[in-house]
Amino acid sequence: MLLEVAALDAFYGDFQALFGVSLRVAAGEAVAIIGANGAGKSTLLKSIAGLMRARPDAIRFDGVPIGVMPAHAVASRGIALVPEGRRLFASLTVEENLLIGGQLGRPGRWTLQRVYALFPALAERARMPAPSLSGGQQQMVALGRALMSNPRLMLCDELSLGLAPIVVRDIYATLPAILGQGTSLIIVEQDIAQALKAATQVYCLQEGRVALAGAARELTREAIAAAYFGV
Amino acid sequence: MTIWINVIVQGVLVGGLYAMFAAGLSLIFGIMRLVNIAHGDLIVLAAYLALVTAETLGIGPLPALLIVAPLMALVGYALQRLLLNRTLGHDLLPPLLVTFGLSVIIQNGLLELFSADSRRLQAGAIEVATFPLSEGLSIGALPLLSFVVAVAVIGALQLVLYRTALGRAFRATADDPDVAQLMGLDNQHIFALAMALSLAVVAVAGVFLAVRANFDPAIGPARLIFGFEAVIIGGLGSLWGTLAGGVLLGVAQAIGAQLDPGWQMLAGHLMFLLVLAVRPEGLFPRVRA
Amino acid sequence: MSAVRVEFGGRIGRPALLAIVVIALAAAPAWGGRDDLRLLAEIYAYVGLASLWNLLAGYAGLVSVGQQAYVGLGAYLLFALTLLAGVPPLLAIPLAGVIAAIVALPAAALLFRLRGHYFAIGTWIVAEVFRLLASQASVLGGGSGLSLPVGIVTSIAATRQEREFLIYWVALALVLVVLLLIVALLRSRYGLALKAIRDNEPAALSNGIDVTRIKVIVYIVTAFATAMIGALIFLQKLRISPDAAFSVNDWTAFVIFMTVIGGIGRIEGPIIGAVVFFALRQTLADLGTLYLLLLGAVAIVVMLWAPKGIWGLIVARFGWQVFPLERHVVALARSQDSGAKAP
Repeated sequence: MLLEVAALDAFYGDFQALFGVSLRVAAGEAVAIIGANGAGKSTLLKSIAGLMRARPDAIRFDGVPIGVMPAHAVASRGIALVPEGRRLFASLTVEENLLIGGQLGRPGRWTLQRVYALFPALAERARMPAPSLSGGQQQMVALGRALMSNPRLMLCDELSLGLAPIVVRDIYATLPAILGQGTSLIIVEQDIAQALKAATQVYCLQEGRVALAGAARELTREAIAAAYFGV
Repeated sequence: MTIWINVIVQGVLVGGLYAMFAAGLSLIFGIMRLVNIAHGDLIVLAAYLALVTAETLGIGPLPALLIVAPLMALVGYALQRLLLNRTLGHDLLPPLLVTFGLSVIIQNGLLELFSADSRRLQAGAIEVATFPLSEGLSIGALPLLSFVVAVAVIGALQLVLYRTALGRAFRATADDPDVAQLMGLDNQHIFALAMALSLAVVAVAGVFLAVRANFDPAIGPARLIFGFEAVIIGGLGSLWGTLAGGVLLGVAQAIGAQLDPGWQMLAGHLMFLLVLAVRPEGLFPRVRA
Repeated sequence: MSAVRVEFGGRIGRPALLAIVVIALAAAPAWGGRDDLRLLAEIYAYVGLASLWNLLAGYAGLVSVGQQAYVGLGAYLLFALTLLAGVPPLLAIPLAGVIAAIVALPAAALLFRLRGHYFAIGTWIVAEVFRLLASQASVLGGGSGLSLPVGIVTSIAATRQEREFLIYWVALALVLVVLLLIVALLRSRYGLALKAIRDNEPAALSNGIDVTRIKVIVYIVTAFATAMIGALIFLQKLRISPDAAFSVNDWTAFVIFMTVIGGIGRIEGPIIGAVVFFALRQTLADLGTLYLLLLGAVAIVVMLWAPKGIWGLIVARFGWQVFPLERHVVALARSQDSGAKAP
């Protein structure tokens, strides 16, 4: 098991955002996490990525407890987060954003050339300032930046946010290639249809708790709707 | 007429020194939004370190610099890591008050150790060497050297910021410290490295200050103010702008001094206030996306 | 419909105790010697300066390291008004305040183009400009300064003792006025706006609070009061010089340390801080530079580990408040319903 989250709690000050969340990701898998706004999806990813503190053994990566590790240490172990809203470095160019993704120098198949091959639109815009790109292109940069660290697990937070459907489709079309190169995925999505297509396992969060978990192919519309809305 | 050309040339050259005072300040503010009120006092500290090093080891200013610069860099790393990192955040008061406290500590510490006597670092023949340019116009070798070094320092900083991985790390951390962590960058370490770099530049400025003029523990705040004025006149976020700002400040001061020795500092401040009134973003601000 | 009323978390704490303290202090000429009166007057001045700096920094979020500009300005205006315009010294104090407030307007116009840390250094530069201008004013002693002529000194009161008593009472009255002014300001609408600005400036802005106007008002009022205190300080010293009048150490470093150690953002803080500061000074003054070193170190330690200062610790522990400022919304008794009857 690549990633094991066990009874994870998360707090923003006094406010509890996650209540005993558990999930597992096997190597080579794509897992989707769906849920309404405020369900705790981003909080879950932030906890895994180390931006929020947790109990040491609440999160195990390759069997190693990482719950308490700071984000930069978690990144060096091979977990990369594609943050919600892209969050590119505004004063860096496209290429510089990609290069800094490779700051850690982790060995692997993803190089600048490979990323450009996956996202040709970026190669043309390498020297442009990152904020000058369209939303979809920025999302590609964010993905490429995460890939440059050759992660074993990539956490994608709302890839479709603010993007046109056709752009979303193009981005999701690249995910199989990423999986194929050996990076497992956790995909947080509001776009349920897209999430179900891209992933093998699905977890549905509702107000900080896991309301439903199962194989994407086996879950029924009704079950998902019930879990999503807490009906 | 030649008097005025001379005045302006002197002003330009001393402007280089002011730009050196400012460069470290500008770097730190750009990367961590920290204005170090003790900056000027750290320049004076570097000057004293150079003095002690030169006198104890019997060496000249340049070899002394080679020792003091790494030393100051270490001081900067420790200072940031142990003390100043704790003050960073959204609140304005802690970094300001802690660096203010630091300023008082450094000034009085130096006063205790060295007394209020004026000191000077001997540089030998170069102190009086001049290059005659034309009738009645000559440039001092030392002022020229400090200007050249200032340009080199700023050029080097630009190089580091825009052509190296470290510089990329600095800029990324400045843009978004949280996401920078996701890249594997340890903010505490990056900020400390930035302060180390800043104090290395401070060391260079300190050595040139020590050679150029008499110094004592109390002159720190004035250097901070000159550096600060150079940054504002030149425009935030641009190191070359800071050079231009320093030059303008130096020229304003030189013109003021020529009119009346008591007006030197005042002329500089008035130039600063004028720029603030008329073009508050500075002359060459870097436009942030 | 039920109505509401806004009331404060409590009356000013223990008003009887405060009154006794004030009366005891007013009677000091009876029980204290010359040195005691001078020391007390100095403490009052510092309590005033620290409270004003606290208003500016702790409430309006304007951190200034240049208030010495107005201390010196007030002092020089006093000397100028009495020497050059023949104004009676005690009248010159409030007059100096008013003129300083007028000067503060263009200063604010320039300074408010800077934000945060840059604003702070800007205030320092303004103070430097004032100091340099004062050094150039040879009619007021230029760089070396001058003493207040005997004629003007005696015009305050006939005998030395009367003079000292009078100046002491003026100092006490002045600090009480400044404190009352601050409390009144903070308990008013402006005070509520200041709290909002301090807690969340963008939110305050979006709620229609004219943030800039309020900050400017606070800056000008502070300049006015600071200048009056400066005028009084140097009236007592009887001698002025640019370095003394615009000293960063005396009028900013000490003031800031007092406020930080006592507790920023609370009215009681600067008062406690001033008392602690003077207690330390009486015991440690011999140490000279080491004393300043120690102060700087203590300020850093307090800022990092007890950012609310001594008073903050006391409040956290005991919940005391001398000048309560929290507002509570109290529901009044229900007035008659419009006529709907219960079924």
